[in-house]
Amino acid sequence: MDVITDFAFFEPLFQILDSFVGNWLQSYIDMDFAINKILLIAAIQIPILSALVLLIFGKISDKFVKNLAVIAFFIPAIIACWLWSAYNIVGSSGFAYFSDTYTGLELFGISLKLGLNGISLPLFVLAALVGLAAGLYAVYSVTDNLRHYLTLLLLMHGGLMGIFASIDIFFFYFFHELALIPTFIMIARWGGPGRRSAAIEMTIYLTLGALLSLIGLIGIYLESGLGSFDIISLRKHLAEFPLSEITEKYLFGLLLFGFGILVSLWPFHSWAPRGYGSAPTSAAMLHAGVLKKFGLYGIIQIGAPLLPIGATQWTNLLLFLALGNIIIIGFVTLAQKDLKQLIGYSSVMHMGYAFLGIVCLSTIGIGGAVLIMFAHGLSISLLFLLSTCIYKRSNTLDMRQMGGLATKAPVLAFFFIAAILAGIGLPGFANFWGEITVFIGLWQYKPILVFPAILGIVLSAIYGLRAISSIFYGPIPESLNYKLNSETSVADSKQENQNESIDLNYGEKMPAAILLVTLVIVGFWPKSISDFINGSVVEIYPKSYHTKTVSNLDNNN
Amino acid sequence: MQNIYQIYAQLNTWNSILPEILLALLALSFLVIEITLPKEKHNYIPKIAFWGQVMLLIGALAYFTFSENLIYGESFSGLIKHSMRGELMRIFFLFCSVLVTYMANFYFKHHEKLSQTEFYPILLLITAGLMLLVQSNNFIMLFVTLETVTIGFYVLVSYRRLQAQSLEAGLKYLILGAFSSAILLFGIVLLYGVCGNPNLSYSSSDPMNFSSLEIFTSANSDNILVLAGAILVLAGIAFKIGAVPFQIWIPDVYQGAPIPTTAFLAVASKAAGFIVLINLIEGPFAPLRDSLVPLLSAMAVVTILFGNLGALSQRNIKRLLGLSGIAHAGYLLIGVVASFYITWAGDAVLFYLYTYMFASFAVFIVVGLVTPNDDTNQTLDDYKNLFKENSFLGGVLVIGLGSLAGIPPLAGFIGKFLIFVAAYQAKLYGLLAIAVIGVVISIYYYFGWIMEVVYRHNKYPVDKTDDELAKPEWAYVGIAPRLILGCLASITVILGIYQGMLKYLFL
Repeated sequence: MDVITDFAFFEPLFQILDSFVGNWLQSYIDMDFAINKILLIAAIQIPILSALVLLIFGKISDKFVKNLAVIAFFIPAIIACWLWSAYNIVGSSGFAYFSDTYTGLELFGISLKLGLNGISLPLFVLAALVGLAAGLYAVYSVTDNLRHYLTLLLLMHGGLMGIFASIDIFFFYFFHELALIPTFIMIARWGGPGRRSAAIEMTIYLTLGALLSLIGLIGIYLESGLGSFDIISLRKHLAEFPLSEITEKYLFGLLLFGFGILVSLWPFHSWAPRGYGSAPTSAAMLHAGVLKKFGLYGIIQIGAPLLPIGATQWTNLLLFLALGNIIIIGFVTLAQKDLKQLIGYSSVMHMGYAFLGIVCLSTIGIGGAVLIMFAHGLSISLLFLLSTCIYKRSNTLDMRQMGGLATKAPVLAFFFIAAILAGIGLPGFANFWGEITVFIGLWQYKPILVFPAILGIVLSAIYGLRAISSIFYGPIPESLNYKLNSETSVADSKQENQNESIDLNYGEKMPAAILLVTLVIVGFWPKSISDFINGSVVEIYPKSYHTKTVSNLDNNN
Repeated sequence: MQNIYQIYAQLNTWNSILPEILLALLALSFLVIEITLPKEKHNYIPKIAFWGQVMLLIGALAYFTFSENLIYGESFSGLIKHSMRGELMRIFFLFCSVLVTYMANFYFKHHEKLSQTEFYPILLLITAGLMLLVQSNNFIMLFVTLETVTIGFYVLVSYRRLQAQSLEAGLKYLILGAFSSAILLFGIVLLYGVCGNPNLSYSSSDPMNFSSLEIFTSANSDNILVLAGAILVLAGIAFKIGAVPFQIWIPDVYQGAPIPTTAFLAVASKAAGFIVLINLIEGPFAPLRDSLVPLLSAMAVVTILFGNLGALSQRNIKRLLGLSGIAHAGYLLIGVVASFYITWAGDAVLFYLYTYMFASFAVFIVVGLVTPNDDTNQTLDDYKNLFKENSFLGGVLVIGLGSLAGIPPLAGFIGKFLIFVAAYQAKLYGLLAIAVIGVVISIYYYFGWIMEVVYRHNKYPVDKTDDELAKPEWAYVGIAPRLILGCLASITVILGIYQGMLKYLFL
């Protein structure tokens, strides 16, 4: 039997699925409008400019604030979906929608270069969709000082869009930090209990990680001797003139630990559950769903392709740490009684799979890691959203005190169960494709490793299903009085409250639906992103990462 | 001697120090104005000072931007050396001085017992002195201008003469300042002695001049007296920039001095020290690289750690700013060390100083506004609910502190980034690691402060009366501080995103 190394394995299955969904998009596929690069810039600028408008003009009505924010969240999402559909598979070499803007640091080889390749495109779409969901939820639920909240959220959103569209390493870092600081303020101002120490801890951890990776990036810039921060030319240059082995080793080590801290690599994970537990919902959604993927994206897009020799020297350690993420944090997650902590820990745990994909250093493993990042971003932000919805109804996050919510709120139960199942990796959700490709990559790397990884799936099934059963099924505890504890119902009298449905309302359903629908679409039609990922991974990674069947795949394309 | 007078008469170089002369004339005119103006109209004095300086600043900016033939080179027989850096520092000090004038005006409104007329002439003379200091090309010039500046500061630090803390600060500054001046002078004398010794090769008849000194030091870089002189001169300057082990005066003096003086001391005096340091390192001390790099590196390491660790548990705002300023001096020292190896590192330091100035003044002005009546004992607790009560002040403070902490997209990040690149390029990996540790530690106190500003405190205790619930004084901010703070905050943001100004530096 031939060695399976790529998405080629799924090709027949993908073809079938593709024939159902993909045909109507065929007509767009070869187009590359000049306007698209402007749209890409606009997707970053619109949230930031709207944030500035909200910041500067203090005396504007709440209605205007809400409308402006909704528009500013919608436009990037629409642009991202359009760019997704217009992305040219055939021309996927390099970056599509390339644009270059000078910012005054060109003497250091820095300019705002934007563009999308197959790895950044899914994450760009992810950022836009999660941003839209988080923004809609914030517009409909936050009442305390909404203008400032939306300002910060839009600023964060703009930063997130920028991260994945940047070709310039400097701006890649720049946008990350731009998105990070609003998170801190949102936690401090709008967060839950324990926010003071959680926010400080998170910021210190993340700054440490960011600075380590910054030094690594500066290292790449200076050691290459090219005088440019631009990934494309760095890649070309380093392919021709690789750095010395020892330099690569140190630089990749810096990047690995710097980015690893940002992705909550075990044992640098403790900020994540605490931070997410006390963050306001929209901030937690954006951070856990998108911003955290920055580190993995950095390793996949920058670290491993530019420093291939360095990457191989760290895989053994990374493997050990990634298994720590999966097994140790898996057991820690099992022990959680608090719903938000459980979700926070599970997000730490699932990062282990993405790291395992990187450990393989093969096209399929890395492609799987990108798929996991995409799918996990959607499912974890959905879970954070729903856990707040549950909290608003039960007034507690302690799962031992909950039960029987499904009879009162069936739609909420449906969404929550779907999100948990997606997280476990049930076929039909995008997560499944990510996990299975990583497992296949892992099997090729070292078959024995698949077993501890599978153990992680079992663990996540145990805590996921247990959470479902204790929250939604069983008798309703007598101590618990489910009622919708949002601002609107507080104003209402109790009498009305009795008859009112406590199921998800419009403002909660819409963001949840956006996330779930995307998960399912990609789950049934993985080719919609896997082709792009595959094309770019094959292109940017050195030939040693590919194996025989890659050429077959290229023919298929 | 006759000859020199003749040369001066022919050269007519006075217009090359026109900004300094105008500032000094403005300062002197206050002495006349104070006597002639009736006492009830003395409130015109700060206005004249402010607008006079604003006009000078605009003039200097316009001259710098549009003039085709800026004079670069030496004037006054080599006493002063004009350069791009000197021009930029002139603008820097004028900017500082304008802002300090504004702060002082605000400060005196809340401290009516103090006589305010003396403050402005001294401030202007210090500014003129600072401008000449950073352009000096001769140790005589350097020492005279440095003393002008320092003596001015002795007065300004102890300006609140009715309060013990201010007097204590003034006394401490006086004693340590005099001490450091003595050290500096001793170093200068040593260098003068060896360089003027005709028995040594390349000795000069003008041994105070940086250019002739540079020729001498490059030929005699292993001379122990040269080294001793250089180290003593550096020690004298280390006092100005607040580097360990000459930092001990900073927290006390910063706390005791009135807030405009503190701001001026923290920004302008420190910046001048760094520019002098870089002028020396790029000039006469460049050949002493092998001996001075370990010394300055050790100084940078200890300074970063001392400043950051000291500020970690500090709750008094002015002491916190002083200690964090020590940490900034440490980062800047890394840039100074790198300038031994890399030509553009000095310009990176200059850019850092600019970003530091914009951010620091934003913070200092807010500090002055928060507790206008007594800022000496202001603590972090005074910032509770600031963002909620007055989101403008809160927002500006967040931007200022974020820039000081070096967070993108604010200007402070670009400053730190350039220093880091310079340090990496100079292969100062150890210093880079210390800088990273320092920045991470600084996140704790800068964000701890931001935390106090933005933290959602629980509702007021129920048993408080209405009087206690009344909004604090800083709840209302007038149009002038809004304008100035808005400018500072937007400059900080814009410089973080677009660094077009750098084209003047890295030519």
